[in-house]
Amino acid sequence: MSVLIFIDINEEGAVKKTSLEVLTYGARLAQQLGVPAEGLVLAPVKEELAALGKYGVQTIHQVQNEALAHFDAQVYTKAIAQVAEKTGATVILFSNNTDGKALAPRLSARLKAGLVSGAVALPETANGFIVKKSVFSGKAFADIKIATPVKIITLNPNSFTIEAGTGTATVAPVEVTVDAPKVKTVSVNRQSSEVPLAEAERVVSGGRGMKGPENWGILEDLAKALNAALACSRPVADAHWRPHNEHVGQTGGAIAPNLYLAVGISGAIQHLAGVNRSKVIVVINKDPEAPFFKAADYGIVGDLFEVVPKLTEAIKQLKG
Amino acid sequence: MKILVCISKTPDTTAKIAFTDNNTKFDAAGVQWIINPNDEYYALVRAIELKEADPAAVIHLINVGGADSDAIIRKALALGGDEAIRVNAENLDSFGIASQIAQIAKENNYDLVFLGKETIDYNGSSVGGMVAELLDLPYISLATKFELNGTTATVTREIEGGEEVCEVALPVVVSCNKGMAEQRIPNMRGIMAARTKPLKVVEPAASDALTEVAAFSLPPAKAGVKLVDADNVQELVRLLHEEAKVV
Repeated sequence: MSVLIFIDINEEGAVKKTSLEVLTYGARLAQQLGVPAEGLVLAPVKEELAALGKYGVQTIHQVQNEALAHFDAQVYTKAIAQVAEKTGATVILFSNNTDGKALAPRLSARLKAGLVSGAVALPETANGFIVKKSVFSGKAFADIKIATPVKIITLNPNSFTIEAGTGTATVAPVEVTVDAPKVKTVSVNRQSSEVPLAEAERVVSGGRGMKGPENWGILEDLAKALNAALACSRPVADAHWRPHNEHVGQTGGAIAPNLYLAVGISGAIQHLAGVNRSKVIVVINKDPEAPFFKAADYGIVGDLFEVVPKLTEAIKQLKG
Repeated sequence: MKILVCISKTPDTTAKIAFTDNNTKFDAAGVQWIINPNDEYYALVRAIELKEADPAAVIHLINVGGADSDAIIRKALALGGDEAIRVNAENLDSFGIASQIAQIAKENNYDLVFLGKETIDYNGSSVGGMVAELLDLPYISLATKFELNGTTATVTREIEGGEEVCEVALPVVVSCNKGMAEQRIPNMRGIMAARTKPLKVVEPAASDALTEVAAFSLPPAKAGVKLVDADNVQELVRLLHEEAKVV
C-alpha cells in the first residue's frame, strides 16, 4: 500500500509547480493513511530528483525510456499502470492540469480504479474514502465516494499550499515495457518566461470595457508590476482581441489564483463560473451596478483608463 | 469517414445551482437543459466543418441519458449531425458513461471520436480519456485546432503556458477546447430536417460504477465588497498588501 504521485515535467526538463502541490498533498495523505508517499517520473528531467524529498516523499521511481521522451497519454498510461502494480500503489495522484486530465481518466479505465478529478481538499478517510471536488464550474462542491481498491485523484491547481521541509528522497530506477508512441510531437510553443495562467498566483483580466486590443498595454504593465498572468473574458476572446488560451469562464479556463483583478468585466454568471474559486477578487468597473461587484472582495467604481495606470504606479511604489 | 460526437445534457449556463434530497441530487426544478457548450461549440461544430469539407463523411451523435435528452439531441441533429444514438441510462458515473460510449464505438468503427473538454456541470474531463483507453486508441485532450490530411490528423493541444502541435494517425479520440470552432445557430432547414433524422434508443450494456456522489454543497457566501474611491488607489494597494496579503 502506498500513495503514488505522478510528477509532471515540462519541456525544459523542470518539475511543474502544480506537481509540487500534488507532492505536498500526497505526502499529507500518505501520513493520514499511514503508508509511504512515493513519486513517479517518466519524462526526461534536468532537476535533482532526490531534492523533491523535502515535500515529504520517501522514494521517487524514475523510468528512463525513449518511448516516454514526448507526451503520449496512451503510452504514459501503460507505464504508470505498470509502476503502480509493481509498487502496490493504492492511491494515485495527478495535478488536474493538462497532462493530468489526459492521464488520470485513461488510468482509471485501465485499472478500474475510481477517479475524482478536480479535488480541492484532502480526502475524508475515517469512514470510507470521500473526496471533495469542484463542480458546476466552481459554483458548488460535490463529495464523491470512491469504493474501488485503487483510487485516483487529480488535484485542482492552486488548491493546496506547497510546503517544503528538509527530507531527501531515494531515487529508484524502474523498468517498464511500452510500445512506441502513436502521437508524434511536432512542435512546442511555450513562453517559458511567462507564468502559465492555470498556475498563476495573481491574474489580471480584461473585458469589453477595455474597448479594443490596442489598449491592452496598461493591463500588461499592471500584470508585470504584480508578476501576474493575463486573462480575458469571453467576448474579448471571441472578438480575437486576445488569444483563446487567455479566456477564463465557463467555456474557457477555470482558475483559482490568490488574486483575480478584473478590469472592465461586468461579471456575467458564465464568467464568474471560471474565476469564483479565486481567493481575493478585485473589480474595477465604471458601472456601479456591474454584477461582478457582488462577487468581489474589493472594488473601485471608476474609469479603468485612469485607475489602472495609477494602480500600476502604486504597486511599483510598494515594491520599491 | 465516420465521426462520433458525444453530447451531454447540462443545465443552462445561467441556471441557479441548488440541491434536493438532503443535498444528494441536483435540483432540476425550472432548469433549462442545453447541449454541454464544450460538446456543442467545439466538438460538434468542428465535426460539421469536417463534413462540409468531405461530403462523404457521416456524423453520428451519442448521448447517454433518459428521454429528457431527446430535445438537445434534436438540436444537435438540427446543427448538422446525421443520426443519433441515445443509450437509455441515467445517473451513471463517468466510467459508466464511457463504457456505454465505448460499446457503441466498438460496433461502428469510427475514424474520429470527438467530445468537449469537459461538461460544465460535473467538470470531470474524464469521459474522453476513459473511452480512448477502453478502445485502446490514442487520445489528444484539450485540442484547440484539428486539421485532417488524409488519414493523419495534425492537432494543436493546450499545455501549461502554451501549446503543442502533434500528429496522429486515425482513429483517434479528441477532447475539444475553445479555438476548435465557433458556436453556430441552427437554421430553419436544419430544424425541419432534424425532425426526420434517425434517433435510435438502445438499452445500456452492463457496466460498473467506480464512484458515487455522497453529497453536494455550496460555497460560503462572500462577505461583501469593500469599495475604494477611484482617487485613492493607494488605499486599495494597502488593503491588498496588509489585509488580504496577496500583493
